[in-house]
Amino acid sequence: MNPIACEAHGVCMELLPEMIGGDPWGYPIVSDRPVPLSLLKLARKAEASCPMLALLVERTEGT
Amino acid sequence: MPVPPEKLPRLLAATPPEGLAGHVARYGPIPFRGRRQHGGRARVGVPGGEGRLIDSVERAGLAGRGGAEFPAAQKLRSVLDRSRKGLGGRGGAMVVANGAESEPISMKDRALLTVAPHLVLDGISLAAESVGAVEAFLCLNGDDEALRRRLGDAVAERQQAGAGPIPIRIAAVPPGYVSSEESALIHLLNGGPALPTFVPPRPFQKGVRGRPTLVNNVETLAHLALIARYGPGWFRAVGTQAAPGSALITVAGAVNRPGVQEIALGTGLREVLAAAGGPAEPPQAILAGGYFGGWLPASDVPQIRVSGPDLRAAGGRLGAGILVALPESACGIAETARVARYLASQTAGQCGPCVNGLPAIAEALEHIAWRGRDARAQHWLGQLLGLVEGRGACHFPDGAARFVASALDVFAADVRQHLHSGPCHRVTRRGVIPVPGAGRPGARQEKAGQRVAGQRGNGLRESGLRGAGQDVSWVGRQAERQLGGAPGAARPGKGVPRWPTASG
Repeated sequence: MNPIACEAHGVCMELLPEMIGGDPWGYPIVSDRPVPLSLLKLARKAEASCPMLALLVERTEGT
Repeated sequence: MPVPPEKLPRLLAATPPEGLAGHVARYGPIPFRGRRQHGGRARVGVPGGEGRLIDSVERAGLAGRGGAEFPAAQKLRSVLDRSRKGLGGRGGAMVVANGAESEPISMKDRALLTVAPHLVLDGISLAAESVGAVEAFLCLNGDDEALRRRLGDAVAERQQAGAGPIPIRIAAVPPGYVSSEESALIHLLNGGPALPTFVPPRPFQKGVRGRPTLVNNVETLAHLALIARYGPGWFRAVGTQAAPGSALITVAGAVNRPGVQEIALGTGLREVLAAAGGPAEPPQAILAGGYFGGWLPASDVPQIRVSGPDLRAAGGRLGAGILVALPESACGIAETARVARYLASQTAGQCGPCVNGLPAIAEALEHIAWRGRDARAQHWLGQLLGLVEGRGACHFPDGAARFVASALDVFAADVRQHLHSGPCHRVTRRGVIPVPGAGRPGARQEKAGQRVAGQRGNGLRESGLRGAGQDVSWVGRQAERQLGGAPGAARPGKGVPRWPTASG
């Protein structure tokens, strides 16, 4: 997540509450666990839905 | 070739102003590794010297002196690799020397640039040669025009003497705690505001004008210039196995002679404080590493040695080499709250958790310090610390959180007392830790004023001081006054950012 770009729209938290929580000011706290396969589709959706394009789903090594 | 200095000071040996001739007589000629350029102008750096210094720097074990203590050789190598691969386009790599010194308590870069400007410029040229750079920037405090002028003159002197293989341009960095963070410097040199950017790409990947860029503190480069001359064995003759060499340390707070010293890393904390005239009042705690560091209880002082690894093990940091003595008569929580408020004012305003979290942390600390009697405050503060850590684009919020967390730890008894029975009587004491006027325009001037006030009687005439064995040397404001560059003479500005100006 790019914290400079993020403006706390909160779309990602709505779409992927399993992995993204909020802080008291509405900014997302992204889990540092890898995205499980079952949530990958939702993660892609959250990535694409961010109005600031601040979220990026990255491939990690070994996957 | 002059004899390598056996004792300290290594960096602060000269009496300013020392020109290029005096500098070369003291340290010897600049030992470029490649072919020397012909006719005073080289086409691309000094060809043939790329990479040849890096092994020496690695064997010397030089760590960055700007605060992060990153291994210098590793940084050099990553920039060289990129520039060899031609990444970042034609034109080679870039070197950025960071002498902006935006940590308010630190005075060591200014002292170094005043006493040994040519040593820093040597380091810039040698580092540029090592990484195949064709251009370099020296970033200096935007409010200190006198210092910028002197360095500009030194650059011009070298070019006239044919000792300047690549152009070194001087850039003025606007005031602000985060404006000398490395990505902020790159941002500034690329024509943007001096604000941190989202990384990666890191400067070594894509820096000034998209080229691989080496960003080093000026003290790191000065050490590199000496390693190039005298070798890694000489460098390691002082210091510890884990932290070799010497370092510049700024001692502030309740000591009799605050100022800058050059110490062998691993020197006892008590000796370093003694060399600063000893405690002016019974000490309660030491802040090691400035606003990014941590508090150490005074009872631990006799066991602690001053080096990065030693201070980290004790709960502090070496950081940019800052030690502040807090007297018994001051309240550690109130002092920390003042710094926290200042840090909150210094956020770049870019990342939500930092913008919102740091003021909330300052407020919670102020609540504990001056109001107290509220057991929830500590819990809330603990939560806030967790909410800012690791959530900014740069490490500014992490450093601030670490500093506050160490205060809660070291002043735990005071925190309990404040929460249980209200503020202690010591909160009324005027602040001991130097904190610039929080975020107000002209904060830099206030900072400069504090420096002058704290510097009475600390001049070069004390350069013979041997309070802590033979490992200590001193430099003070007086040197700068002799050069007509007293910090009080800084231009009264309103904190308006000034963009880099070309010089030399």
